[in-house]
Amino acid sequence: MDNAAALPLVLDQVVRSDPVSHGRRRLGAAILAAGSLILAAILILQILYKADAIAFGFVTWRPVLYAYLLWAVTLGISQVLRRGEAGARALFVLPAILFIISMVVFPLLFGLYISFTDWNLSSTMGRRLNGFDNIRQMWRDPFYWNALYNMVLYTLAVLVEYAIAFGLALLLHSQIRARKFFRVVFLLPLMLSPVAVSWMVGKSMMEIRFGPVANFARWLGWDTPAFFTDPWFARISIMVMDAWTFIPLMMIMLLAGLQAVPKEVTEAAKVDGANSWQTFWRVVFPLTLPVSITAILIRIIFKLKIADIIINVTSGGPGGATDSVTSFIFREYRDRSNVGYGTLLAMVYLVMIVVFLTVLLNLFGRWMRGYDQQEA
Amino acid sequence: MAVLGSRFEDAVPMETGQDRLRRILVRTIVYGILAAWAFICLFPIYWTVTTSFKLAPNVMQGHLIPFVDFTPQWRGWQSLGLSPDSIFQTSTVRAEFVKRFMNSVVASLSASSLALILGSTAAYGLTRFNYRFLWMGNKDISFFFLSQLILPPVVLALPFLVLYKELALLDSLVGLILLYTLMVLPIVIWIMRDQFRGIPVDLEEAALVDGLSTWGAFLRIVVPIALPGMVAAFILSLILCWNEYFFAALLTSTDAKTLPVMVASQTGSQGINWWSMAALSTAAIAPLVIVGILLERYIIAGMATGAVK
Repeated sequence: MDNAAALPLVLDQVVRSDPVSHGRRRLGAAILAAGSLILAAILILQILYKADAIAFGFVTWRPVLYAYLLWAVTLGISQVLRRGEAGARALFVLPAILFIISMVVFPLLFGLYISFTDWNLSSTMGRRLNGFDNIRQMWRDPFYWNALYNMVLYTLAVLVEYAIAFGLALLLHSQIRARKFFRVVFLLPLMLSPVAVSWMVGKSMMEIRFGPVANFARWLGWDTPAFFTDPWFARISIMVMDAWTFIPLMMIMLLAGLQAVPKEVTEAAKVDGANSWQTFWRVVFPLTLPVSITAILIRIIFKLKIADIIINVTSGGPGGATDSVTSFIFREYRDRSNVGYGTLLAMVYLVMIVVFLTVLLNLFGRWMRGYDQQEA
Repeated sequence: MAVLGSRFEDAVPMETGQDRLRRILVRTIVYGILAAWAFICLFPIYWTVTTSFKLAPNVMQGHLIPFVDFTPQWRGWQSLGLSPDSIFQTSTVRAEFVKRFMNSVVASLSASSLALILGSTAAYGLTRFNYRFLWMGNKDISFFFLSQLILPPVVLALPFLVLYKELALLDSLVGLILLYTLMVLPIVIWIMRDQFRGIPVDLEEAALVDGLSTWGAFLRIVVPIALPGMVAAFILSLILCWNEYFFAALLTSTDAKTLPVMVASQTGSQGINWWSMAALSTAAIAPLVIVGILLERYIIAGMATGAVK
């Protein structure tokens, strides 16, 4: 944030940048230099110690973390001392940026490195660079590709969830009694932890012998309601449970979108002789399209992280039919403690997600523009 | 109101018999669907709560309604040490449960607070000032923050496992809190950015003229106005952290294990000891169900922010 030309959007007229004295600037520089020096010293000491070059050091890397925190504080102080008002403004975003850099950027780079190693945590061999072996292994791993295929299916299920959520949002938006009651009740599934849902729904209500859902299925005429033995039924059961928890999220967003549609617009459509169906498709739906897209995108982002329910209900079974990428890597680590291979799979998945979401965003953007022109 | 409501409103003048029939039919369908979905939402919760008062035969025979189908018993709660007769006795299961429960409370409260502090200051800075950091302007910094939302936990999980081992943060609440903060930070920034945009700058200008510093104006003028939005962001974070399972399952073992991990481990080990599982699940979901009912307004406000621009 050093070359920040902190031009405020609006507040600049009021605040005159107070002149920063020479001595104050020097003090700021000195504090930062001291902080950096301590960090560098401890880091070098620890690296040398871990590399067996010197005999004294710390057992863990924890002191380096403390030194980093100290350095971050000195950086903040020096910003204010050296740059006055601009430094005080930088202080608003600096903590969050430092936090994310240390919690995401650094671990990601580290992860990139270990994804090219063969590193079994339970063996004493330690890590060993193995080039592209992990990629070759991934290429031949049918379970990984199967998990990716499942992710496609799970993501497609979002469309069904969207339709249900939109329907519910419309109902909640219409003239009904006890709206608050229904809103609270419809929201409740979102409050429940996926782990609890796994037990409540997956393990007990869908229990084949006496779970109420199984009983209900029997009453409907399905003699052996085994929800988790047939691959397709297992997938659908997982989708249903996940949908049950997350439909409220989309529903609330869509409801907010519906409430933002000005009443005059729908009234005008009615005056022009449109019936409810036409009003919906020609007026309400296009107007809420941006909200719909936001809701679907957010939901897809959450969907791509699906794991808890799968880990707890089927642990990927039968035969990997319900595995998501996350649950597969989780098991891969649990069973073989292979950090290197698991990280590579996760990295490849991340690249796929980024590409997929970028394409999706562009498609949506283009589609929206097309819609605008068509309407105009 | 838009679609279905319009029908009810203009149905008033000159209503023929056919119209009336149709109106009643539509109403019946609407309330039918609402009731059905309410049932779908509530039944699993009802089932779990009632099952915690059942004995094995009640479960096997598929009994559903307490006092009619079966006599409620305290067995499930007894095994947790939380029934009226066992609450004053020492119970190892209860000690374990309370420990996990407190771990969850501490982890989710601290992570949400930390995320709220980091997130709202960052959001405020990004809505009020212009930054340049290398080639990145405000827009890029915002995108950098929000793009963290798409990062799947599994990408960070294994690197963190190794890093935490080196930092001696494995199986510690501090490590968990840092990760949870990271998880909810983009959401907090998203919500708070919207909140601060909605606050007119005139107030801050006046405060600055009156001699407050930038930070003084933020803390004394802006924060009190943005408080409802902050509550919404805080509660959403709290829900996400309370329910988090993946990181907790990987990174904690004995000391810092949270409630979801405890619930998950019981599911596997105890077979069909249903009443105690049901009691445990009930206890695990109860706090958030209560939060959901009492603070529904804030949760909905939080989720609606950002959806509508």
